[in-house]
Amino acid sequence: MTFSSGDLLLVLPELLVVLAACTVLAVEPLLAPPQRDGLAWLSLGTLAVCMGLIASRIGHRAEAFGGLVTIDDYGSFWKLLLCFVAGLTVLLSYSYLKEERLHIGEYYAFVLLALSGMMVMVSATDLLTIYLGTELMSLSLYVMAGLKRSEPRSLEASAKYFVLGAFSSGIMLYGVSLLYGATGSTRLTVIGSAIANTGSDAPLPLVATVLLAAGFGFKLALVPFHMWTPDVYQGAPTSVTAFMAVASKAASFGAFLRVFLEGLGGLKTDWSVLLLVLCVATLVLGNSVALVQTNIKRMLAYSSIAHAGYAMIGVVAAGWAAEGGRDAASVASVLLYIAVYVFMTFGAFAVVAMLRKGDVEGEEIEDFTGLAKRHPLGAFMMLVFMVSLAGIPPTAGFIGKFYVFMSAVEAGLAWLAVIALIFAVVSAYYYLRVVLVMYMREPTEGTETSPRLVLSPTLSIVLACAIAGVVMLGLYPSPLVSLATQAVRALQ
Amino acid sequence: MTIPLSYYVILSAVVFLTGVLGVLIRRNIIAILLSVELMLNATNINFVAFSRYLEDLGGQVFVFFALTVAAAEVAVGLAIIIALHRSRESINVEDFKLLKW
Repeated sequence: MTFSSGDLLLVLPELLVVLAACTVLAVEPLLAPPQRDGLAWLSLGTLAVCMGLIASRIGHRAEAFGGLVTIDDYGSFWKLLLCFVAGLTVLLSYSYLKEERLHIGEYYAFVLLALSGMMVMVSATDLLTIYLGTELMSLSLYVMAGLKRSEPRSLEASAKYFVLGAFSSGIMLYGVSLLYGATGSTRLTVIGSAIANTGSDAPLPLVATVLLAAGFGFKLALVPFHMWTPDVYQGAPTSVTAFMAVASKAASFGAFLRVFLEGLGGLKTDWSVLLLVLCVATLVLGNSVALVQTNIKRMLAYSSIAHAGYAMIGVVAAGWAAEGGRDAASVASVLLYIAVYVFMTFGAFAVVAMLRKGDVEGEEIEDFTGLAKRHPLGAFMMLVFMVSLAGIPPTAGFIGKFYVFMSAVEAGLAWLAVIALIFAVVSAYYYLRVVLVMYMREPTEGTETSPRLVLSPTLSIVLACAIAGVVMLGLYPSPLVSLATQAVRALQ
Repeated sequence: MTIPLSYYVILSAVVFLTGVLGVLIRRNIIAILLSVELMLNATNINFVAFSRYLEDLGGQVFVFFALTVAAAEVAVGLAIIIALHRSRESINVEDFKLLKW
């Protein structure tokens, strides 16, 4: 196989991100600690250039490296979202790392390396490249989770994430090898046509599908593969948690949808049943266990599990729909849901990061007591994110839920929509409990005297972006809907 | 006399299941890491066997990538384990109770 410089041009955004990561790694030791802030601005600049490059390619479709990677609207949609999240992460970390006294320039290199893995995942059309992208993302995230080396919890989170992550990629890789044996290729389009020829009753592709679903289930934190999520989200530094909860989930959904629709589309009557079971289990367990959490990061972890369940409704609906049915709209609802999820979850974690003060962990829900009196703006923003996560109009969370529930009803899964609706009501209880604690309780002795709750300029930008996303997409979702629909059209 | 493909697939399935069992049963984090390696190597057996059977080099290429990634994974994993051992003086997963599993 040969490749030309044209191929390299097509993956220029990925190359730029890797280049910036290497530059950060190489330059960091040469700089005095105060100068290392510049590395954050370098990363941000790279991300802005990449977003411009990716946006300029929307509407075009090209294959690179003999079909290992495809640049299409579907990939571009995810890549724009991921670059945006990475940018927010850099901004959030800029002030958070100072607060934590973590003066490590490599941090930004890991953000960028994880991002490049994610970008490869969502544009890969071969199981080899998908595997490589997933591993690049995961390896960077394992390290990031453990960056706070003085904190045993952070290391423990990192070790747990590593063990379960490596286990899940072993399972996924075994599925890939069986699929290769059954179809003779790792190229998704070839796998798709081979499965269409052999029919859906051959055992090997079915076993491979189950293994791949389990492997992706770990990355997406679906029940029963979710047990690492709360521990890792709680133990990792908050800025890393925000990045993991949002970006790695989005990228995994991107790769997951491509594998299951392009590669395993012929088996969709089989996998939609399997995913339906996972989806219902995720909705029930994620929402019920979140009810009893006292740590805000654990609560948000269970909430992110539950949200993966809501997004999964769209995937199930896409598989359930009859041939040539409305499955494109269902897939688009997944993209829309994840995009909305990105804004509200990242915003919520940013507020949690803001509450972190000196050596006091502002992470227990009790720490939010009377926040409305101490920091009215922060409390109001948390209110908006919580309302949106609960799916109450006119916020973006409502729009996301509306579209996935609609896709379930259209696919003839009205009962699934009803279950999801019931658990959305349950979820309102634990989201609004945070609001209650912030607004209805007076600041106690301990929290009243707590020191500075300052909004640093970078944190303000992050919160402004998140809140603008939540409100704007809630009031005026049509541009995002049409972008998601256009992205899905490239997929099929 | 050639060994039929099914022998290789059965071998790899046995190795893979040994690895899965190891991850689930063993409590020493190094032993868990070794079990994960068994799972990855079961995959490699599969790839090479299928590649030979299908007369397609793609599977062998995949093995090279899988080996490289496995090496990187071990490097990162051992680094994390060393950092953990320094702070906790233990690599038994049952001692890690700061976070509920």
